[in-house]
Amino acid sequence: MTETTTTKRPVLSVENLTTSFKTRDGWKAVIRNISLHVDAGETVAIVGESGSGKSVTALSTMRLLPAGRSRTEGRILLDGRDLLAASEAEMRKVRGGSIGMIFQEPMTSLNPVFTIGNQIAEALVLHRGLSWSEAETETVRLMERVRIPAAKARLHEYPHKFSGGMRQRVMIAMALACRPKLLIADEPTTALDVTIQAEILHLLRELQREENMGVLFITHDMGVVAEIADRTVVMFRGDMIETGKTDEIFATPKAIYTKSLLASIPRLGTMGAAAAPKRFPEVDASTGIAVDGREMNPVALSVEPILKVDNLAVRFDLPNGRVHAVEDVSFDLRPGETLSLVGESGCGKSTTGRAIIRLLNPSAGSIVIGGQDVTKAGTRELRTMRRTSQMIFQDPFASLNPRITVGSAIAEPILAHGLMGRKDAKARVSELLEQVGLSAAMADRHPHEFSGGQRQRISIARALALDPKFIVADEAVSALDVSVKAQVSNLLLDLQEKRGLAYLFISHDMAVVERMSHRVAVMFLGEIVEIGPRAAIFDNPQHAYTQRLISAVPIPDPSRRGQTPPPLSEEIKSPVRPFDYVVPKRTYREVSPGHFVQDAH
Amino acid sequence: MARIAQALLKRLGGMAIVLALVVTVVFIIVRVTPGDPAAVMLGSDATPADIAQLREKMGLDAPLLMQYGQFVLGILQGDLGQSIFLNQPVTTALAARAEPTFFLTLFSILIAVGIALPVGILSAVKRGTIFDQIVVTLTMVAASVPSFWLGLILIQVFAVGQGWFPASGYGGPETPFFERLHHLVLPAVALGVVNSALITRFTRAAMLDVLGDDYVRTARAKGAGEGRVILKHALKNAMIPIITVIGLSVAMLVAGAVVTETVFGLPGVGNLVVSAVLRRDYPVIQGALLVVAAIYVLINFIVDMLYILVDPRVRL
Repeated sequence: MTETTTTKRPVLSVENLTTSFKTRDGWKAVIRNISLHVDAGETVAIVGESGSGKSVTALSTMRLLPAGRSRTEGRILLDGRDLLAASEAEMRKVRGGSIGMIFQEPMTSLNPVFTIGNQIAEALVLHRGLSWSEAETETVRLMERVRIPAAKARLHEYPHKFSGGMRQRVMIAMALACRPKLLIADEPTTALDVTIQAEILHLLRELQREENMGVLFITHDMGVVAEIADRTVVMFRGDMIETGKTDEIFATPKAIYTKSLLASIPRLGTMGAAAAPKRFPEVDASTGIAVDGREMNPVALSVEPILKVDNLAVRFDLPNGRVHAVEDVSFDLRPGETLSLVGESGCGKSTTGRAIIRLLNPSAGSIVIGGQDVTKAGTRELRTMRRTSQMIFQDPFASLNPRITVGSAIAEPILAHGLMGRKDAKARVSELLEQVGLSAAMADRHPHEFSGGQRQRISIARALALDPKFIVADEAVSALDVSVKAQVSNLLLDLQEKRGLAYLFISHDMAVVERMSHRVAVMFLGEIVEIGPRAAIFDNPQHAYTQRLISAVPIPDPSRRGQTPPPLSEEIKSPVRPFDYVVPKRTYREVSPGHFVQDAH
Repeated sequence: MARIAQALLKRLGGMAIVLALVVTVVFIIVRVTPGDPAAVMLGSDATPADIAQLREKMGLDAPLLMQYGQFVLGILQGDLGQSIFLNQPVTTALAARAEPTFFLTLFSILIAVGIALPVGILSAVKRGTIFDQIVVTLTMVAASVPSFWLGLILIQVFAVGQGWFPASGYGGPETPFFERLHHLVLPAVALGVVNSALITRFTRAAMLDVLGDDYVRTARAKGAGEGRVILKHALKNAMIPIITVIGLSVAMLVAGAVVTETVFGLPGVGNLVVSAVLRRDYPVIQGALLVVAAIYVLINFIVDMLYILVDPRVRL
């Protein structure tokens, strides 16, 4: 990094920051003795898993925590002035004035009942004393600056007309409206697709360079850290574990926690010559030393597929057109095999999974499970079908009923199908809990007593209760912290090998997919654009979209920073078509055995 | 704007259908009530000839379908029939009684909203404080008090005791306008206070919901002051449930006029309905039912329109 500042005084300097929350048992510190600084033009990342206190650090700096229920001690110096000593009126000048902030959830961070223009202009009116009409002119300029196409026309539109990526651009425009010295970005790209994430990171970097602004970047994603941060602060359960230059932290981590965190990150390109999936590295939390996982057994290619999907289509009618959510999707899945469906939000991967389990009714095509056509199955046939096919969902917090003990939740499918009496079912629940790495004694507890990873194990046990032949895992590990993600993924791999389970693994996380899959299908706008063996897709991607998807994944290695080409600014088209739209017949060419690519159209 | 015009037309169409249904239901209700209206109206002393004559006068001797046709035709021409006891058209009778009912409803809802919005908002903002706890308790008490009882207490204290307000009545057309309104103060306060309880609770709940939302945090991070955060960013989002409950309260006030006007001796539409029921004045009952139902539909329409103004995401 080139030194551009002449004065050495940092823009932000946090000293011994301790924040406590009021609980029933008195004040409880959630972050302790955090010290960090951010210089002008510099990006400092705070990285940590959920509950590490990284967001609390950011909110404390802005003094945005609720006054009566939280307490902040230490010093927060912005240009040498202590923010903790500032009055509320002075803080209002700081917020949105000298410190801009952007948040994780672009879908909910904008006010739905005010126009985009109004919300950006408000910052200008509040801080720069512009009139609303002056602010409007400046707003258009800002929107153009964050590359929102047709800025002038979109000024008076409401947030719900904007995509997630566009909304995050609006948030950035709002945060930068008053040319802040410091930008705090709290997981700004976590909710976005990888290609959009790459675009937003690129934009942030450019704007930072132009403004010589300091950036405090909060994230759980080591790939993003490697991509953007000059220095990194690692946090764990409210404590600062390690801090230093990003490349040093990646090259020679000192703290054991940092070592194990780095060792657990799923990385692209670690498969070597393996043909089958590989278990994730086992990390010893007490030493931080990782042992790479073993390769799983290969799948017998001669067996009949358990699942055959042919020309599947799912369409929904809207008042103004028809959504072709899934169009002409065909694949098969053998026992013991994992086929991953990858693609970005709205590409139809989850819809495909739901249609196969018949949670949605397909509009066309056929689904054959174990030799039986279930495309038009009625209620009774569906009941039988659910014994062979099960589903695991993304959100381990929402997919378990909070009022039912986990034992009852797991036993429910067994009892509902009348497979066993209550007593046998209870024994079976104990067995299942142990198989997913929990203890049988946990059966009487309620979901809120478990962590996210444990809940996902419970969901897996519930899916296994009927001894299914294949499982649709819809973003089953996406919501989990990295270390837990590796463990749950390994559990899925072990269960597959032991039981000959077939997985339809739906995910947007390319690094996990590479590790988990035998074969991969890439979906774009409701269609499969490329399908083939895992190695072929990752090492020799043929379709332009597959290439873009893989190259957009941030690489957790600071020495390879900037090697990814600048992203193409391309709005994802929508799968909504007029009612008279005739679906064109797609053709595929076979690149290598089993590796098919959709021809350009 | 085209969006709103389109929605307006769509809702107006829906309103027409509902009103047509209401007309039909009202027509049927009056016909299926046990007993011959003519016989009931004339009492036990009437001769069959008298009854037949009245039936003819009321058009009850015609075939049902024809009666329905005439009923609808009359409504379309603004004719709700003739009151038998008042000896005047039902529309005239209703119009003469509309003023106290209208102003009572208006003042009651203004008082209710005037109390509920600030108190509810403040209570949400100061959640968990003593103020909030007092509000929660008081609204629970107020919601369980019948408005006529509160009205009687108010009359006892401020009319009979202090003599500041009239105890009942409204005054005829010859009484000056503001003196007539003076009669409405106590009833409006009674109704307003009782109705404010529910609206306060809804306002508080809706605001609490919204104050935890991400965009409220965004507004604070932008440097907006608390007043602006609460009154601009949060309140507009909380308005949908609040508007709904205000609409419901107005509708309930109109329907509740029957009780209130009796207690306070107000010569309003409610009072007219009560006397019409006692005298079996079917054309008046029928007409009042229709008007009240139409007001209900109109309130719902206004509430729907307000949704569209408040929330750009409301599907049209």
